[in-house]
Amino acid sequence: MGLGFDFDLTVIWAGILAFAVFAYVVMDGFDLGIGILFPLLDPGQQRDATMNSVAPVWDGNETWLILGGGGLMAAFPLAYAIILPAVYVPLIAMLLGLVFRGVAFEFRWRTTRQPIWDFAFFAGSVVAAFTQGVVLGAVLQGISVEGRSYSGLWWEWLSPFSLLCGASVVIGYGLLGACWLIYRTENELQDRAYRLAWLFGIGTSVAVVAVSLATPFLEAEYYKRWFSAPGIYVLSPIPLLAGAAALGFFRALSKRAELAPFLLALALFLLSFIGLGVSMFPYLVPGEITIWQAAAPAKSQMFMLVGTAVMVPVIIAYSAYAYWVFRGKVGHEGYH
Amino acid sequence: MPPGATTLDKGARPHCAMRATMFEGISALDLARAQFAFTISFHFIFPAFSIGLASFLAVLEGLWLWTGRDVYLNLFKYWLKIFAIAFAMGVVSGIVMSYQFGTNWSVFSDKAGPVIGPLMAYEVLTAFFLEAGFLGVMLFGMQRVGKKLHFAATCAVAVGTAISAFWIIVVNSWMHTPQGHAFNEVGQFVPLDWWTIIFNPSMPYRLVHTVLGAYLTTALVVGGVAAWHLLKGRRDPEHNTEGARVMFSMAMWMAALVAPLQIVAGHAQGENTLAYQPAKIAAMEGNYKSYPDGAPLTLFGIPDSEAGVVRHAVEIPKLGSWVLKGDMDAPLEGLDAFPRTEWPPVEIVFWTFRVMVGIGVLMLGLGAWSLLARLRGKLFDWPWLHRAALAMGPSGFVAVLCGWVTTEVGRQPYTVYGLMRTADSVSPVGAPAVAASLTAFVLVYFVVFGVGTWFIVKLMGHAPHPGETGVPQGGPTRTAGITPAPGQNPDAVAHPAE
Repeated sequence: MGLGFDFDLTVIWAGILAFAVFAYVVMDGFDLGIGILFPLLDPGQQRDATMNSVAPVWDGNETWLILGGGGLMAAFPLAYAIILPAVYVPLIAMLLGLVFRGVAFEFRWRTTRQPIWDFAFFAGSVVAAFTQGVVLGAVLQGISVEGRSYSGLWWEWLSPFSLLCGASVVIGYGLLGACWLIYRTENELQDRAYRLAWLFGIGTSVAVVAVSLATPFLEAEYYKRWFSAPGIYVLSPIPLLAGAAALGFFRALSKRAELAPFLLALALFLLSFIGLGVSMFPYLVPGEITIWQAAAPAKSQMFMLVGTAVMVPVIIAYSAYAYWVFRGKVGHEGYH
Repeated sequence: MPPGATTLDKGARPHCAMRATMFEGISALDLARAQFAFTISFHFIFPAFSIGLASFLAVLEGLWLWTGRDVYLNLFKYWLKIFAIAFAMGVVSGIVMSYQFGTNWSVFSDKAGPVIGPLMAYEVLTAFFLEAGFLGVMLFGMQRVGKKLHFAATCAVAVGTAISAFWIIVVNSWMHTPQGHAFNEVGQFVPLDWWTIIFNPSMPYRLVHTVLGAYLTTALVVGGVAAWHLLKGRRDPEHNTEGARVMFSMAMWMAALVAPLQIVAGHAQGENTLAYQPAKIAAMEGNYKSYPDGAPLTLFGIPDSEAGVVRHAVEIPKLGSWVLKGDMDAPLEGLDAFPRTEWPPVEIVFWTFRVMVGIGVLMLGLGAWSLLARLRGKLFDWPWLHRAALAMGPSGFVAVLCGWVTTEVGRQPYTVYGLMRTADSVSPVGAPAVAASLTAFVLVYFVVFGVGTWFIVKLMGHAPHPGETGVPQGGPTRTAGITPAPGQNPDAVAHPAE
């Protein structure tokens, strides 16, 4: 550890993992968001079309979550070993939520009790989104560590801040879901999606502001980074750009643009994500474990880097192909 | 993600101090082991089925493209619907596994992560994305991409399941026969040579045995469904058996050819296990004591680890040594050659091994019987053969689960064999949290996967028929192009399972 070569490799891996997590947020965000919005759509046609707009791709979207978890274990095993037990309860709840929403894709077409599985789809999505936010909040606010282990109790994750993060992610994913629907649907369903995008857009803006204001007060280090002399100038473009993205988003909505709201919402997510990175770096467990301390040996990281460098572009290419195959407005035709 | 890793039984006593617990006598360690055993066993059912089914689907579609016979297309669409449900259940139960290493086995993850983490990352990169990326095209894309590209997508999914099996078995095998690593100053396993790690001594045996097991499992399910419809066709001449005949023939070919191969593969894995995990073999055989001049083969009996004997044993003298070492008089180590702290839970391993072998022999018998029927031109006419195939339909699942319990419980008390104990692998999570999560998993899995299995069985109850439709997507199950009348609740139309 601490050698020049390790240094580079470890930073690269932090970057790859950040990419995987953000790819997950982009892809499964709207996917979970659709589940979050499900009760706000009419049973029958609207829900069917909504489901069909993600049915061919949801599995691929969720695979980024496995890459995030697996990649963390592989590249930063110590961080994986400390963070996961610390967020045991929300993480298990997330996994169970994903079980319910995942099977609902198949089950709702097979049952005579469709409302039950529609509810499972909704509730599973909400729980998964909420707990992802809670996990984020729990990591941001800090984790008790002793030696190479988590040393807190099983409810340490629970705090007003982590709950705020949970609610924020639910609202944010709901926004992505609404924007996806604007892009992929038409007529009444699209009108509904526009109205929901307004609602969740306002909610997301409030949530981003709330989390951004709360975060610097969690740790002195965060505060210093954001509000002391060089930081405040270097970093001020992030919140400013986020504000611009939000304004652009609402403008695009009022002009009834179809793709722009989705892209601008993603820009808002990206800027928030960069903001998180600024607060955290170089820590994986704030104040305790840096990426270098958690790093797997160079031989592990190098072996994986080869595979990642080759495979990730290929994966992106065929995932894009899968999206392209199912392009266009959903509902014109079934996928048959 | 197929068979992962750790711990199944409650045998070994934790020798690290666990947190005080409100669940008297049950430690957080025992709960974590129970949870891993439960979730991995449930999970493994789905890949065991979908590995074989994906290949079967690729073969069916290939045959359809090659011969142009509609029966293959109908069978393809028939099994595609079942595959969609099984695959979804496999995915969601698999995500659980990828996080459970960290939630419940964090010390193991910290120490072994540098070796097994990259291997699992390769599984995600080379298999999971491939399966997931092309699954959508496979399920819904036939009209959009054309026949040949669709066939390519089906093949991509099938190849993905096989690659996935490869990597996860590499991980599992390394945990059984670790090599190619060193330890660093904080006690982590550090990879030295990836080639040595990947091609560890038990990997080829375990891979062949597991993949053949998955193929056999699928073949028996397909054969069982076919047999059901053939039997129904005897009573009801209206019942369509064209598809059933084709799939019964295909399934019985698989059983006849793969069952004997599987027995050879299992035997080879047994010899490999004898070389690297002799205590496991001793437990499987029920050999409490060593036999310096030829061990018997215990067919049945009741192992009693307290007393160190197998009660009411039915043994064939010298056969054990002959089977394992090819020499009737070869010495064979028993459990007495190992300290008790190194013993796996004998009772469990002894029985699961016998159930697996027993089912294997029955599969061999079914395959042979079907060959005889085929030779006589009576493959579709012998009701007792069909009844046997029907009864054997789910037996593959029992066999693979028993096989996994044998090998995983048999490597206790270690997670990384000989190097890291299960008791030293567990997360510092309190018993109440683990008890709650275990309860939640049990409830959710039984409800959700029970319902899914019911949907699959319902689909199987319908005979494959001409004009078989694919995976439903709402719209098309209503009359195409006609929206429901105003005021009509589309939910009420539901989606009859064809």
